[in-house]
Amino acid sequence: MEIVVCISVVPDTTSKINFTENNTKLDENGITYIINPFDEFCLTKAIFIKEKIGANITVLNVGGVKNDPVLRKALAIGADKAIRIESTNLDGISVAKHISQYIKENNFDLIFCGKESIDYNGGKVPGFIAAILNIPLANGCVGMNIEGEKIITENEIDNGVQVCESTKPIVIAGQKGLVEEKELKIPSMRGIMMARSKPLEIIKPEESIKNNIELKKFELPQEKSECKMIDSENVSELITLLRNEAKVL
Amino acid sequence: MCILIFAETWNGKLKKSSFEAVSYGRNLADKLNLKTKTVIFSDSDDNFKLLGNYGSSEIIKYNSINLDNIENDKLANIICETAKNKQAKHIIISNTNRGKSICSKIAFDSEKSLITNAVSLPINYNPLTIKCKAFSSKAFSFYESKTENSVITLLPNSIGYRPKETSYSIIEGNLNIANSSTDLRIIREEKNTNEVSLTDAERVVSAGRGLKSPENWNMIEELAQLINGGTACSKPVSDMGWRPHAEHVGQTGIAINPDLYIAIGISGAIQHLAGVSGSKKIVVINTDPDAPFFKSADYGIVGDAFEVVPKMIEEIKKIQDS
Repeated sequence: MEIVVCISVVPDTTSKINFTENNTKLDENGITYIINPFDEFCLTKAIFIKEKIGANITVLNVGGVKNDPVLRKALAIGADKAIRIESTNLDGISVAKHISQYIKENNFDLIFCGKESIDYNGGKVPGFIAAILNIPLANGCVGMNIEGEKIITENEIDNGVQVCESTKPIVIAGQKGLVEEKELKIPSMRGIMMARSKPLEIIKPEESIKNNIELKKFELPQEKSECKMIDSENVSELITLLRNEAKVL
Repeated sequence: MCILIFAETWNGKLKKSSFEAVSYGRNLADKLNLKTKTVIFSDSDDNFKLLGNYGSSEIIKYNSINLDNIENDKLANIICETAKNKQAKHIIISNTNRGKSICSKIAFDSEKSLITNAVSLPINYNPLTIKCKAFSSKAFSFYESKTENSVITLLPNSIGYRPKETSYSIIEGNLNIANSSTDLRIIREEKNTNEVSLTDAERVVSAGRGLKSPENWNMIEELAQLINGGTACSKPVSDMGWRPHAEHVGQTGIAINPDLYIAIGISGAIQHLAGVSGSKKIVVINTDPDAPFFKSADYGIVGDAFEVVPKMIEEIKKIQDS
């Protein structure tokens, strides 16, 4: 089984988000970068498949050199090979085109991506890859099994789950459920040692890909006003405030 | 040219997010002096009337197709081909699970740019510029389209909708285009029994470990039902199996942005806030006055859930009875 796990490198959930250069750039001061949590579920799932039936796992990232430590971590967790496609152009369509190009040149059975990245929340890349390569998409995947040549996926729909059967190759846009949070693999000392000798290849694309949208600026939400505290003996006041002041009841 | 809208139904009825999509499309159409055309998979006069009510001028019905049984790729093809036939300028879709699964394919196949998670009407119409959710509601991003035509997905429950009575015509969709093949097929669906879909819910009552055991959720469900809201929970509660995974809101669960979010016995870890900080009003009830959630709340009560929640139920009943 040939598996590629597409990995996005994102600010840690606990990072304070601020912007610089007139609100056009993320302020990277004090930010720790991590594997996008949704991609982490996918990577662990890929390792489970490898442990069960055997597989080669490639982790693939589109971005700059600051992502290499995160790719090394993915190798330490259990991927066999890491590829970084050098690009500063990080919109969904261009990332998906870079990834699709690599997938076309190297055959894969399973293409895993997190359902979205926790930074831009676009959720576009998995669908674009499937559309570009004209292969099926299991979006919001919360369970997956291989049954012979068939791939069975359980995918989140509003108010439920859809169970689907598909051919390979398939794009699986995963999330929690694909594996449980407590099952997530963390690097072992042996894994970290082994990762040093695993390949991390940098690809520099000859052509740059044009975006069809442009990020103009960021904005922080309005500061919340102070929380109004209500005495626990006076619950009726809360209900009155919710009705008359907040107008939400 | 027109603005094409996909109106999603759930168990045969229009979703609230579809009213938002139609209303948004109508606004765009008025600014650009275009007509709105709405694709719906239904043959219900009630649904058509509602679409007209929020601003659809033409309704394209594919009534022989059941939206629950159609694969996303086929659905994307139908919308894409309809958009081509009708020369759609922009396509409006809700950012529901289904919308998320089809928007990239529609945008790619119809050579339009894609702007997802819109939280406002365009701040500029030429070039199209839209404010979107980013960093799990810790910020917003403004995207400008570089192409003439775009696919826009709307974050449910963020932009609102208002009636705009419009006279409408109904035409049958061309079914030849529905026969596209797909390498993925649906075997079955497992639906939750919840009456209110969490992402659609205007009010959500959520509880955490502070409730001590799963039997104590009766009062949470009762409160939610009273205010026509959905029920949700924190991550530890879903990890322990007290509540289904589908109710877990937070960074790795689902993200919601209701008008009212009532958090009971939830301390407010940053991972939890990532799923709920888009809520318009937050009420926090916790025994611990230092619970971090109070910093992000609009209203707070330091108190025992087992005393406060029954009182809330009682007070709301009093008002509803009067």
